[in-house]
Amino acid sequence: MTAAEPDRQAKIGQQFIQAVPHMRELGIELLAIGGGEARMRVPYDERFVGDPKTGVIHGGVLTALLDSCCGAAVMSHPGGPAGTATIDLRIDYMRAARPGRAVTAHATCYRLTRSVAFVRALAFEDDPDDPVAAAHGAFTVERPARAGKSGGGKA
Amino acid sequence: MSARPPIEPVQVVKARRDAALARLTGGIPYARFLGVSFQRLGDEITAQLSFDPKLIGNPMLPALHGGVTGAFLELTAQVELAWSIVWRRMESGGEAAAAIERGEFPPMPKTVDFTVDYLRSGLPRDAYARARVNRAGRRYASVHVEAWQDNRDKPFAAATGHFVMPRLDEAG
Repeated sequence: MTAAEPDRQAKIGQQFIQAVPHMRELGIELLAIGGGEARMRVPYDERFVGDPKTGVIHGGVLTALLDSCCGAAVMSHPGGPAGTATIDLRIDYMRAARPGRAVTAHATCYRLTRSVAFVRALAFEDDPDDPVAAAHGAFTVERPARAGKSGGGKA
Repeated sequence: MSARPPIEPVQVVKARRDAALARLTGGIPYARFLGVSFQRLGDEITAQLSFDPKLIGNPMLPALHGGVTGAFLELTAQVELAWSIVWRRMESGGEAAAAIERGEFPPMPKTVDFTVDYLRSGLPRDAYARARVNRAGRRYASVHVEAWQDNRDKPFAAATGHFVMPRLDEAG
């Protein structure tokens, strides 16, 4: 079985967003996915503001964006995990996100072992060299149920 | 030595503290968006995340979105630190307390970094969190926070964050 036809990857990506209520609620868009990398964007929204005096979105929105993007990168890794969940995620906030601007995240799953995926990501408006935030995380790797295991048969 | 000030009636003290907390947290649109509210007993505050289907990250389990859990912890840690600053000023009396009374709050502490430990999946129900300021210096602070659902002894997530302390001359 070939693991990574582009069509299959794109389909997985769209399903990934649509299947996750909180990503829909934030208006997150999937821009690209495949080969252990993912790119997502969250629009600016006044409901996301952390400090009305400045109009800057709260760091929590970036946490949700980066966590989602890292999870998608893990799922798109050629190693083919069947599922994933965050073990830990560290976010460094370099500066405030510019009010009124969408924020894009790019995540790379740079190492996948049998049980753990290691991921890093950046969040920025336009230029990855001028990041708003960076993330580094470890995620679980769920393996597909073995063929022949009882109860797992296809119709 | 000056005479001890008269003891204020309890309802006056409570009303002042509740008003300060409401003012501190009521102005955060993102807290409203997530459904996070804050309850106070003395100086201790507990954050509550009221469950809503829009907070789901994994509909198969179902489980809260990891980003929601992280955001809830971060809000709680930030508000706890800000509250500890407001509380100290409010209780100190004098000009600092008068400024709080006029609604002149220090700016929110800015997050430097935040590390979330996901201990178990968040169930589709309300969650609570309390934070502890481990150290607040003149410039930086370190804050630890834990969130739980049904059982206080079984946190589903914990986090440590570092913050830049607001400069108190920036109050406004």
